[in-house]
Amino acid sequence: MDTFNRLDGVRVAITGGTSGLGLALVGELQRRGARVAFVARTAARVEAVARAHPGSVGIVGDVARQEDIYPIALQITGNLGGLDVLVNNASSLGPVPLAPLADTDCEALELALATNLVGPFRLTKALVGALASSARQGRGSVVVNISSDAAVNAYPQWGAYGASKAALAHLTRIWNEELAGEGIHLTSFDPGDMDTPLHALAIPDADPAALKRPETSARELVDVIAAALARETAQVIT
Amino acid sequence: MIAATSPIQRPRGAKLLVVRADGELVHAPRSSFAEFLSRGDLVIGNDAATLPASLHGVHLRSGRTIEVRLAGHLPPVSCRRAALRVRFKITRSAALQGCPRGGCRPKGLRYMSPRAILKRTLKGCATSAIRFVAVVFGEGDYRTRTEDRPPPPALAAGDRLALGSLVATVDTLLDHPRLLSLHFEGCSSEVWAGLARHGRPIQYAHLAEPLAMWDVWTPIASVPVAFEPPSAGFALDWAALRALRDRGIDFATLTHAAGISSTGDPELDRRLPFDEPYEIPRATAAAIRRARARGGRVVAVGTTVVRALEHAARRRGGIRAGRGVATGRLGPSTCLRVVDAILSGTHEPDSSHYQLLRAFADDDTLARASAALEAGGYLTHEFGDSMLVERTRPACADAPACYWLSNSPSTLPSVSAMRA
Repeated sequence: MDTFNRLDGVRVAITGGTSGLGLALVGELQRRGARVAFVARTAARVEAVARAHPGSVGIVGDVARQEDIYPIALQITGNLGGLDVLVNNASSLGPVPLAPLADTDCEALELALATNLVGPFRLTKALVGALASSARQGRGSVVVNISSDAAVNAYPQWGAYGASKAALAHLTRIWNEELAGEGIHLTSFDPGDMDTPLHALAIPDADPAALKRPETSARELVDVIAAALARETAQVIT
Repeated sequence: MIAATSPIQRPRGAKLLVVRADGELVHAPRSSFAEFLSRGDLVIGNDAATLPASLHGVHLRSGRTIEVRLAGHLPPVSCRRAALRVRFKITRSAALQGCPRGGCRPKGLRYMSPRAILKRTLKGCATSAIRFVAVVFGEGDYRTRTEDRPPPPALAAGDRLALGSLVATVDTLLDHPRLLSLHFEGCSSEVWAGLARHGRPIQYAHLAEPLAMWDVWTPIASVPVAFEPPSAGFALDWAALRALRDRGIDFATLTHAAGISSTGDPELDRRLPFDEPYEIPRATAAAIRRARARGGRVVAVGTTVVRALEHAARRRGGIRAGRGVATGRLGPSTCLRVVDAILSGTHEPDSSHYQLLRAFADDDTLARASAALEAGGYLTHEFGDSMLVERTRPACADAPACYWLSNSPSTLPSVSAMRA
């Protein structure tokens, strides 16, 4: 274990924390010493993951629903006593199975935008006070929005997902400029093609052996968080 | 003054009355707040987020509907600590040591045996009993003025209250039919989930529509410990903070668990504000020292910030970082040690907030300010206009001349009391 990338006592919230990359992140962050709250839609899954990760806080909620945002934010800051790191990881593919844009229902595009763009915007906005407070106290403060190569490349059939992730990536860059003065760092992270339930929905006949394990991406992402926190706290000191 | 009836935190055209140190009154748009400050000044806000502190439910013994308004923090009783002791000696008394009357009852009606507490603890769920002071109302909701709400059914220690998915037990009655202490059953994450699902912000009869959580969290809201919003902070958005920074004005925060502003009961209201826990970060104490050293002023955003800072500085040696409990109230006999100016809402002369302004300015100046607010059509209450009051009265020398009148029994909560 890389002792330079420990996150002892760092308070982290992850959306989409009961499967794929999110679930791997819960485990990886706990191993590095972080205090973790995770959010997911299904109560039974949340309970099972919380039981499997003693000390973590499971929160039932759907970031795509406006009325769930403040209850989620309340439980995150209430249970953790503040927040240092937010990982907006919960994602929707849009139409399943994937479809060309002209065959995509408007509702499927709206769902992709609600989950992948508006949800992260709302939750980050509700928590920006907590993140700024953490930064003012020299703890550092980081928001990671999970991105994809579909946000950059024009892959046919990935229209709803790709457009929503491209918008999220741009929102991340602008917000990072605006909040730099508050000491909050926002960044996008592309975890690569992983062997996850989301990937299986998109490409059911993919060879799992050819895909990255979510645990590998989780380790890389936590290294990115640790490096960003170290930079932020170093800036406070200098 | 007329009450603001729409829950808009930063309405276009919000006004600011500036009461200058020389007694001059200046009318300005609130958005120009930063122009009345100088390079080197330090603005301090309260970053407490607001709890959904209003819970409707049933008083189980009588079957009557009630509304519980959480109003103050009490130290949590950690049954987990008790349970850990049980590992070595399993006795009922050991398990219940430090637990509220009736013991820990995380779920259902039954007492939990020490073994059950231990088993649950080992499952990773700390059965920390989260306790509050609460004000209880009978039937009805916020559409009825608080003053006209019926009293609750007769309450007794040990009574259980079903509040959505939450169950609370009355611990003690606090010498008033509406006022009691209670604890929630279950581990802290269950209590937070129950509050999030079932709680609503405390509502006000003068508002046209019910308040949602996003109406009451200030932009800088961080840890949810306040029972009503520290509403002076509604004026601070991220553009305003940037404007301060661009002018060389510092910004820092503390966390103060703002209590309820009114119960509608004159006898209870005379005891307000209740004791309020606060926490001053080291970075904020350091920022105050730096501002002092360069001759800058300390500008408090809201009465809660004044209350916390002056309480933390009540002894010689200046401001101390850390946790405390602000007791007593500030008024005309208080001399201020830290705060040089306050950005606040507009307040009627009969309110405790107005009494606090008397620590800043003499009665003649405040009377002229009240007349100017009235004549200028300023709006009052949570979503109303603002005033910036510079201290006209002399600051106190570092002598024991500050009066802290304790008006409620001392409690020992901490801001992190709910973090369990």
